[in-house]
Amino acid sequence: MPLTTADLAAIWLTLKLATLTTGVLLLVGTPLAWWLARTGSRWKGAVGAVVALPLVLPPTVLGFYLLVALGPAGPLGKLTQAAGLGTLPFTFAGLVVASCLYSLPFVVQPLQNAFAAIPERLLEAAATLRAAPLDAFFHVAVPLARPGFLTAAVLGFAHTVGEFGVVLMIGGNIPEKTRVVSVQIYDHVEALEYAQAHWLAGGMLLFSFVVLFALYTLNPATRRQT
Amino acid sequence: MSDGRIDLRLQLERPAFALDVDLSLPARGVTAIFGASGSGKTTLLRAVAGLERHARGRLEVAGEVWQDSTAGVFVPPHRRPLGYVFQDAALFPHLAVRDNLAFGRRRSGDAMPPDAAPVVGLLGLGPLLDRRPDSLSGGERQRVAIARALLAKPRLLLMDEPLAALDERRKAEFLPWLEKLHDELEIPVLYVSHSLPEVARLADHLVLLEGGRALAVGPLGELLPRLDLPLSHGEEAFVVVAATVGAYDADYALARLDFSGSAGQSLWAPSPPRSVGTTVRVRIQARDVSLALSAQHDSSILNTLAVRVEAIDLQPPGRALVRLDAGGAALLARLTRKSLDLLEIGVGQTVFAQVKSVALVD
Repeated sequence: MPLTTADLAAIWLTLKLATLTTGVLLLVGTPLAWWLARTGSRWKGAVGAVVALPLVLPPTVLGFYLLVALGPAGPLGKLTQAAGLGTLPFTFAGLVVASCLYSLPFVVQPLQNAFAAIPERLLEAAATLRAAPLDAFFHVAVPLARPGFLTAAVLGFAHTVGEFGVVLMIGGNIPEKTRVVSVQIYDHVEALEYAQAHWLAGGMLLFSFVVLFALYTLNPATRRQT
Repeated sequence: MSDGRIDLRLQLERPAFALDVDLSLPARGVTAIFGASGSGKTTLLRAVAGLERHARGRLEVAGEVWQDSTAGVFVPPHRRPLGYVFQDAALFPHLAVRDNLAFGRRRSGDAMPPDAAPVVGLLGLGPLLDRRPDSLSGGERQRVAIARALLAKPRLLLMDEPLAALDERRKAEFLPWLEKLHDELEIPVLYVSHSLPEVARLADHLVLLEGGRALAVGPLGELLPRLDLPLSHGEEAFVVVAATVGAYDADYALARLDFSGSAGQSLWAPSPPRSVGTTVRVRIQARDVSLALSAQHDSSILNTLAVRVEAIDLQPPGRALVRLDAGGAALLARLTRKSLDLLEIGVGQTVFAQVKSVALVD
């Protein structure tokens, strides 16, 4: 068995983190993307920029601010403490919060593009056929944005699997709690266990390629509906 | 719904455009909203549907208030029992024809949604039910869009130039469906169009829009012959007269068309066999009508009517449009100013109108 129990624990933790993060982001990102795609508000630019920040910021910057904000003296940390949740840094919950912020643009942007491509006319047609806004959203907008949802879920998941810097800043390196695959690889390399590192790194490479390959070949997002 | 008229008073301000109309439209039949592009036809229709949130005013359909801005009433589009047929059909691309039809039908608000079969039959959609919208022709798409709107049980049908996206051949294919619909439908229809021939075939009433205002409103037959409206100013000016088939001559394939409500005036028109008693519409172009001082019997022209000259509109430099009364039915004749002077034709005079060609429009 080329993988140790510690490796398997890291893989399991990574999958759990990515699944949870993707789920949360789809729930939160969908209304946000819908708003961004259809609003005429003057806040649109500012909100869009904030959503895109993780694309350009070094993960350490994001991780640093999160650490401060979620820490015992930070505003969010005070909030979680008052709610009886303790502080989030160096816990799995903290990792989920950080991952959600880090992967936000990878979920919101494909959804936003998919929603923006839906002709306003189709939603108007739904309204004239007695569909209330929420009804029209679920029965017209969501089915038409399906390729966008697929892209969002795959990119959100894959990007969370691949994060390192934010995890290290906010989660540390606690076995079975915050030690994900990327951190495990780092540990192996530090300890000069290159064989172990190869197995995990090669696995990540293969996983990422297969996921993206499947996305780009199967997803009909390029075939635009009229 | 015999007394359920459509009363609308709507205003909408846009940069460089303002809609301001105050209309009372009949509860039955097709009312065409006619005007050049940019006259506000589609905006008016959208405001009736509630799709223009910034429109202000009052709208009452069949005794129900859909909008009353002073009282803060605005019924959102999905609560207005209307059907809207968009210019480009706006079918849902992810649903087969069957499911497009079911979309409105399921939401019609009835415990017993209307049976789809009669509408599917009326519009000939049976063979298309399992097709996807992107595999349909433009005309087929419009038929599906109309059926979808009707199955939501509207109390008012709004149609925004359903023929505009079709080429001439598809138009010719599609128009008979609309005419059939016109005969079967019991709800009022507002029909936006910028094509006068289309209006002549389909509409009973006309709202003439110009620059966001209603220039004239009334039955089609009354507005077409009015010399003061731009309708009669074009090269293609015509009138539409209601008539009944009084006889059919199978030998010459001609139908005798008796003008409704007039004393014995009738025209012969080429027609496929028609049963006596059916009502038809006759379209007569102004340039096909010439005038003579005496009834001519040595001419190839079949139709000669005794008419009274009601009004004359001189159109410099050399032309004139004459409005005639053929015993209740109004006709237009396009003449040169010179013939007018030579024959010394004046208002009030009785003359003979020779009608070169008559077209049955339905």
